[in-house]
Amino acid sequence: MSEPLRHPVRLGVELDAAGRHPAAWRLPGARPAELFTAAHWRRLAATVDAADLDLLVVPDSFRLGSADERDQRGRLDAVAVAANLAPLTRRTGLVPVVTTTHTEPFHTQKAVATLDFTSRGRAGWQVEVSATPAEADLFGRKAAAPAQELWAEAAETVDVVRLLWDSWEDDAVVKDLATGRFVDRDKLHYVDFTGEHFSVKGPSITPRSPQGQPLVVVPVRDEPSLAVAAAHADLARLEAPDATVAARRAARLGTTTLLDVEVLLRRDASQAQEVAAHLDELSPGHGPRTLRHVGTPASLVELLHDLPAGLDGAVLVPLDLPATLELVASDVVPHLGRPPAAGTTLRDRFGLTRPASRYAVGGTR
Amino acid sequence: MSKRQVHLGAHFPGVNNTTVWRDPRAGSQVDFSSFEHLARTAERGLMDFFFLAEGLRLREQRGKIHDLDVVGRPDTLTVLNSLASVTTHLGLAGTINATFNEAAEVARQFASLDHLSGGRAAWNVVTSSDAFTGENFRRGGYLAHADRYVRAREVLDVARAFWDSWGADALVADPTTGVFARGIGEVEHHGPQFDVRGPGLLPRSPQGHPVLFQAGDSDAGREFGATYADAIFTMHGTLEAGVAFTADMRSRAVRNGRSGDDLRILPGATFVLGDTLEEAKENAREIRFLQVGPEQAVAFLEQVWGRDLTGFDPSGPLPDFEPEVASDIAQGRTRMTKDPRETARTWRQLAEANGWNARELVVEVTGRQQFVGTPGQVAAEIDAYVQADACDGFILVPHLTPTGLDEFVEKVVPLLQERGSYRTEYTGQTLRDHLGLSHPHAVPSVRATA
Repeated sequence: MSEPLRHPVRLGVELDAAGRHPAAWRLPGARPAELFTAAHWRRLAATVDAADLDLLVVPDSFRLGSADERDQRGRLDAVAVAANLAPLTRRTGLVPVVTTTHTEPFHTQKAVATLDFTSRGRAGWQVEVSATPAEADLFGRKAAAPAQELWAEAAETVDVVRLLWDSWEDDAVVKDLATGRFVDRDKLHYVDFTGEHFSVKGPSITPRSPQGQPLVVVPVRDEPSLAVAAAHADLARLEAPDATVAARRAARLGTTTLLDVEVLLRRDASQAQEVAAHLDELSPGHGPRTLRHVGTPASLVELLHDLPAGLDGAVLVPLDLPATLELVASDVVPHLGRPPAAGTTLRDRFGLTRPASRYAVGGTR
Repeated sequence: MSKRQVHLGAHFPGVNNTTVWRDPRAGSQVDFSSFEHLARTAERGLMDFFFLAEGLRLREQRGKIHDLDVVGRPDTLTVLNSLASVTTHLGLAGTINATFNEAAEVARQFASLDHLSGGRAAWNVVTSSDAFTGENFRRGGYLAHADRYVRAREVLDVARAFWDSWGADALVADPTTGVFARGIGEVEHHGPQFDVRGPGLLPRSPQGHPVLFQAGDSDAGREFGATYADAIFTMHGTLEAGVAFTADMRSRAVRNGRSGDDLRILPGATFVLGDTLEEAKENAREIRFLQVGPEQAVAFLEQVWGRDLTGFDPSGPLPDFEPEVASDIAQGRTRMTKDPRETARTWRQLAEANGWNARELVVEVTGRQQFVGTPGQVAAEIDAYVQADACDGFILVPHLTPTGLDEFVEKVVPLLQERGSYRTEYTGQTLRDHLGLSHPHAVPSVRATA
């Protein structure tokens, strides 16, 4: 029996290969030989889409993951995974992580805009930075930098990406037989962005995408990332040890906020504890990055129902896949009493209107 | 199977004046349904691959965004990854610039496409020294023209090192022994363009190395292609020119320690069909005049004349004044002609001899319609090129988005099959299989390069 909700619970998942725990590939049902195949991702995405979850986040970084040969290592490019899933899903928003430290903003904006085309309006982008010297060495262009500087650069990247998403007005393609013009060049705009870290001329090469602006997601785990989320995010993901701390941080953000919850579910609570202990035994030293819930679907439902006002929902990060995800779909989602999504785009799901291009006459932002 | 087999790729009509947007059947060049339609058609036609080009800055003419031709395109890799889900055998080839991308990133992106498509990825490596395009990138436009291939070689050396850095057996993933992966090589490269160090981030992909395509007809471009590429994109003139080009490329490959048969030579080609030759010719003429409207004709002449021709009437003779020699009127596209005054002289003679007005002249000199005829004639001609080793096949460039390939697949493909020159089913799973290319052998670890 589900209790009446105090507020609607928005629910996403972050899926990483066999799960966030680096030993998760060793659990029964993990099919580790298939982790780098499309089939693996399609099975997971089918579950997520059928459960009508709001977000499917695909994490990414230029880190190998671990130096231990027993740990899950390596990761497919997140935009590639999201794009692969786009034609096969119909409902859930697809949110790849694209890092800002070493990647060209021009490439990022056209990749996410294109995901918005191929998913028919369900694309988002989670901003991340690359903080380690190992990542910097892969590019050899600049040294690793402190979080403050990395997030300042990330903020610039979000700025210019949003400018480029607006740089084609919606009705720029005119196909005017009388004048022979395919586009109206007055509806294409140079962004002429010059920041601390880079400059970009524009306009984008890609026309304005179905959502106009795909959803920008910012993870909040320290002061610099919180500042960027407050200024630039459509959606903030809060890493916090408990919901109260998260709610306090959420109060400093004027945006939709989701609490990150690492989850490992089994129908029996003690069995869930055993699996979690087993994973830590196989690969020790991987403590929680955020609130962790090891238990039953029912206890997770309770946790989600009890989220403090000020939090709009959660992003569940399964420690193991696919077992925990399957229980989320079958035994958690049906008991949340979530209303069906209002509309077909990712912005619709979060009650965000489609913005007009800032360059359009009468446009906002 | 004694006959040489024809290889076909399908080019998605890109951003240019060959794509006819004035035709009422022309659809969106950005909606995914367009890409899906063309890819499914190509797969129905058992083609080797789908090919998508790239643009990184909108072209300009006279300092303004060029507005006459189809413009605006999506991100190459993202489209190809989405197409991987709606196709099962078709190769997925995309242009990615080696100048404005980093080796570690682009290597991982193509390896990801190769994993997610089950071995169907191809990278068409292009270079740029164009400061105009560079204005959209941190990397900017500071790369000297002569350094384009220096950088491209380094990008590929580093990319190949990353692709090789996990040996074929590095991904163990055995829950009983508890070993996930072992023996992951560290790439280390120090060169004029790159200082890169670190582990490969992905297991070896199904093709080992994604297939490499290259286009570029300069001597440096040919050498680069003969050293690195699996397939060469080219423009194709006569059969004789094709035979000479192909022979040159195969011998360059041999000089670089490869076999001449390691290279597939694939010119881009257009086609126009009709029930009779006369009908096909009439269709071709209509298409040409849709591609070169009065405005496009003037824009083209501006590029050659190097000056503003606002108000010029293309239904009259060519301009009677001389072209500017040193002019940069068109940005973001290849220079049309090296010696514009000589070009103008030749064209005036041509126009006069044939009684062509300016637009008709442009239609003639920019025409690149290779195959015009009945389906039987087109099939025979394509076959003749391949049997003579003028090339290994063609990349078909339809003029209509997204239905431009339908008729070819329905009418020409069966005739190529009847001739014994074309597959009747896919016999392999990967693009290397389709192209008859060997799979690169995995090397266990990566040595440091100077």
